[in-house]
Amino acid sequence: MALTLLRGIRTQALPRANAGLFCTTRLSPLARFTTRVEGVQTTSPKAAPTSIQQAAKEAAEQKMQGFEAVIGIETHVQLSTLTKAFCSCPYDYGSQPNSTVCPTCMGHPGTLPVLNAKVVECAVKVALALNCEVSMTSKFDRKQYFYPDLPKGYQISQFDIPIAEKGYIDLDLPVEFGGGHRRFGVTRVHIEEDAGKLLHSESGNYSQVDLNRAGVPLLEIVSEPDMRTGIEAAEYGAEVQRLVRYLGVGNGNMQEGSLRCDVNVSVRPIGQSEFGTKVEIKNMNSFNEISRAIDYEISRQIHLHKESQADQIVQETRLWNEASQKTFTMRKKEGLADYRYFPEPDLAEVVLTSEYVDEIRNSLPELPEAKRRRYENMGLSMQDVIFLANDDNVAHFFDSTLEHGADAKLAANWIMGDMTAYLKDEKLSIHESKLTPLELSEMIASIKNGTISGKIAKEILVELIAKGGTVKSVIEEKDLIQIADPAAIVAMVDKVLADNPKQLEQYRAGKTKLQGYFAGQVMKASKGKASPVLLNKILGEKLKGS
Amino acid sequence: MPPPLQAHRMLLSHRRISPAPRRRFTAVSSLSSAPAKTAVAPGPPPSSILSIRDSLLSGERTAADITSEYLSRLRRTEPSVRSFIHVADAAAERDAEELDRRIASGGKDAVGPLAGVLVGVKDNLCTVDMPSTGGSRILDGFQPAYDATAVRRLRDAGAIVVGKTNLDEFGMGSTTEGSAYQVTKNPWDDSRVPGGSSGGSASAVSARQCVVSLGSDTGGSVRQPASFCGVVGLKPTYGRVSRFGLMAYASSLDVVGCFGSSVFDTATMLSVIAGHDKMDSTSSSHDVPDYRSDLVSLNLLESKPLNNLRIGIVQETLGEGVDTGVISSIKAAASHLEQLGSVVEEVSLPSFSLGLPAYYILASSEASSNLSRYDGIRYGKQVSADELNELYGDSRASGLGHEVKMRILMGTYALSAGYYDAYYKRAQQVRTLVKKSFEEALKRYDVLISPAAPSAAYKIGEKTNDPLAMYAGDIMTVNVNLAGLPALVVPCGFVEGGSAGLPVGLQMIGSPFSEGNLLRVGHIFEQTLQDVSFVPPMLADL
Repeated sequence: MALTLLRGIRTQALPRANAGLFCTTRLSPLARFTTRVEGVQTTSPKAAPTSIQQAAKEAAEQKMQGFEAVIGIETHVQLSTLTKAFCSCPYDYGSQPNSTVCPTCMGHPGTLPVLNAKVVECAVKVALALNCEVSMTSKFDRKQYFYPDLPKGYQISQFDIPIAEKGYIDLDLPVEFGGGHRRFGVTRVHIEEDAGKLLHSESGNYSQVDLNRAGVPLLEIVSEPDMRTGIEAAEYGAEVQRLVRYLGVGNGNMQEGSLRCDVNVSVRPIGQSEFGTKVEIKNMNSFNEISRAIDYEISRQIHLHKESQADQIVQETRLWNEASQKTFTMRKKEGLADYRYFPEPDLAEVVLTSEYVDEIRNSLPELPEAKRRRYENMGLSMQDVIFLANDDNVAHFFDSTLEHGADAKLAANWIMGDMTAYLKDEKLSIHESKLTPLELSEMIASIKNGTISGKIAKEILVELIAKGGTVKSVIEEKDLIQIADPAAIVAMVDKVLADNPKQLEQYRAGKTKLQGYFAGQVMKASKGKASPVLLNKILGEKLKGS
Repeated sequence: MPPPLQAHRMLLSHRRISPAPRRRFTAVSSLSSAPAKTAVAPGPPPSSILSIRDSLLSGERTAADITSEYLSRLRRTEPSVRSFIHVADAAAERDAEELDRRIASGGKDAVGPLAGVLVGVKDNLCTVDMPSTGGSRILDGFQPAYDATAVRRLRDAGAIVVGKTNLDEFGMGSTTEGSAYQVTKNPWDDSRVPGGSSGGSASAVSARQCVVSLGSDTGGSVRQPASFCGVVGLKPTYGRVSRFGLMAYASSLDVVGCFGSSVFDTATMLSVIAGHDKMDSTSSSHDVPDYRSDLVSLNLLESKPLNNLRIGIVQETLGEGVDTGVISSIKAAASHLEQLGSVVEEVSLPSFSLGLPAYYILASSEASSNLSRYDGIRYGKQVSADELNELYGDSRASGLGHEVKMRILMGTYALSAGYYDAYYKRAQQVRTLVKKSFEEALKRYDVLISPAAPSAAYKIGEKTNDPLAMYAGDIMTVNVNLAGLPALVVPCGFVEGGSAGLPVGLQMIGSPFSEGNLLRVGHIFEQTLQDVSFVPPMLADL
């Protein structure tokens, strides 16, 4: 607990100006672009087994060598509004190049941005979910640089007055990584527009510009440098993704670039208050890769420290290479880029009323952290809590099952056990299952009231997930009602005992564990429908009595 | 009807004119019955829009007749004036014939408020059916995918776009010499500039090549050429007219404005183009009145029509560096206004002289950003190169002109890290001061008056090598843009120069959204100004 508390304290030692904000860590256009292309080209193989655990262990060992890492993350979240941030074009990932563009998002002469109100709504939702202070008055600025994917020669962003600041994220680390509750600070959240994409010809002789993505709304979420390990950073990113999905403001898909994380990593000897030289890592396509990339980078930097080559750690952008499991220098930073920010004269200030913010606050769904605490209070184990709360579809299914009266622990077991196993085999996600929460609760009730056995329930469950229908209809259709009539069971037991005189003799000679054999035979004869409780009772009596 | 006012006679003393009755150009309808060559006593300018409308409604003339009359004048004057970068004469004729067909079949409902009115459009306003270059080589041949909102509204009201008028590249300049295509000449004297940057729009109306025209005003680009060319020019309140489709120069200052040969025409045009536009979030939802409704014809005016009007004459605009002829014209105009019943007092705007440097910092800063899109990547001129930075550099180096490059450099510098506070931020603070000092003055006065420029039109080439002298010429107008206020320029007199004197414009500045009042005062001023006519002498020979 002490550890948890300590972790929960936000790092305040860092003056904000150095906190890895705008200029110092923004990418130059070239960097951005290259990253994206690499991102597209890199196939993402399945995570090397046990590498996370391995990396976590390594990171822990490295800490023991007297160093600690300091990690901050900039997350870009694409908002899935119907139209772009400043024009009325739609955006659909993967559509024909330059098919969802208009003069405004192509930066034609004379065009002007008009703010999509939905973007502000999404931003406020996310800001509140991140426990931020929402700016009642914020404004837009222009960030200027030349690149072919940036039609206007500037990106509309927010510089000195972002829509929200000073928030935090609470999360629970996975049990397999030692668990523990963490609170990571969020420095700021601001609204900006995405750029287009460049497609380079194979010959390298020309490049093509696809502006479909230009003008798509983004939220940039900047964390405090509060994380210390790869897994913490990965979990931070995963929690941002969860929030985005819970709130329904974006799909958070990393493969499509709807959620992008750029990570800043530095190491320092434990006890030192200044940060070491930070290195930016990009090109991670999953949280797993984030975790591994960071842990690799930490060990690389610590190694340089130990070899007295700390001067070789320089401010640079490094790319994660999934194939070699290493980071490589992409580009050294040559001084600070000057984006010549100035207030966007084409857009009015964004002025929010407290009624507006309150309305959004009241409309927020229950968020992952609240859910986890609620599940925890139901007496579920942390493993169960994390499993159920961290996927909004699963959580929704679980909550809905409870609403129909199911017992929490039983529902959790069914969902996490048979249901998940089946879905995993069939490569389905829970919302594709035809089993409704109502029927799951019915099934659990049917077990409880003795209509069916747990074994039969497993069969029914698979049937329901695959084909749907009601518990009742499946039971009737397949004649699966549990035999709870003592006379019928007595008859079956008598028959089994009579048919197996040899085993009965052995039993009587002291081989009492043969009771299980008899029970199995009766169950087989009943096609699994005999009430296990009654069967064991009657069988026990018969064996004892006779 | 007010008594004949004599004040203006003073103005006439600056003109070298023969005592013979001067020739005068009048409205289209009167042209047909009374050719321009006929000597007509100088008098208040009639509304060309009204007479076109009357002709069409009465069936006296067809739109095709009117169009061909303007086009023939355009063809004769254009070789010397060169107002237009692009003339869409065939399209205008087609549009006119189409209008005539609609009138014939649909009757009077087909006659919109601007039906058959030939409009010139400054070439930094997008037109879907004509090239729009902004006066820049970098957009040579560029044809937009859409009409600017102001253009579309004019067309919806029945106007016929006759062509795209010349300008200083992207509106950056005060002479129209900064066009990459041609030099436009002042119709009053072809050795002189028409002013700028909307010089082509001003000269086109002055030479009656079109009825009215659209311009844009970032630091005086409508008002100064209106003054130089002797036409009415209106710079509306910031946000009164949508900027959508106007190639941005300095977004926080840019306004689409209009030119006409009479206040009535200008008011009619504003009524059509003003109002909120969902494509421009800086456009205002403030009500749009019918700006013509307060314009009372001369014979219905009371003897003191400007009773109760408080006018402040801006002290700082009549001092050093201002042409004495201009000063006496403005003073004469002031006493004219007094005789119409208003109270005219001197007022001081202490921050006035700060406006010019602040304007050039802010406008250049915004320009450096707004012009980034002209990079040769998606449209316009592209110079092929082996490497990306070279492509940008070469395309912009060859596509953009000298003045534009200078302002981009100045603006880039002003916004750079380490300089932002000293330049951009400080200029914004000055802008606040300027705004406040206008607010103070406009609490005490309904209208502020000043010259529209420190001099009348100067010689072509006179200031091309002295940008600071050219910038200094904007002193009268830039403060109004910084404050976002509306201002109307009405020709008020002449100074010596050319064959018949050079026109001088009176600038009237009002509170935000007081265009109605400015037009009313301007209209009364214009209608009561006697014995002067602002028709350039070149038209008398046509």
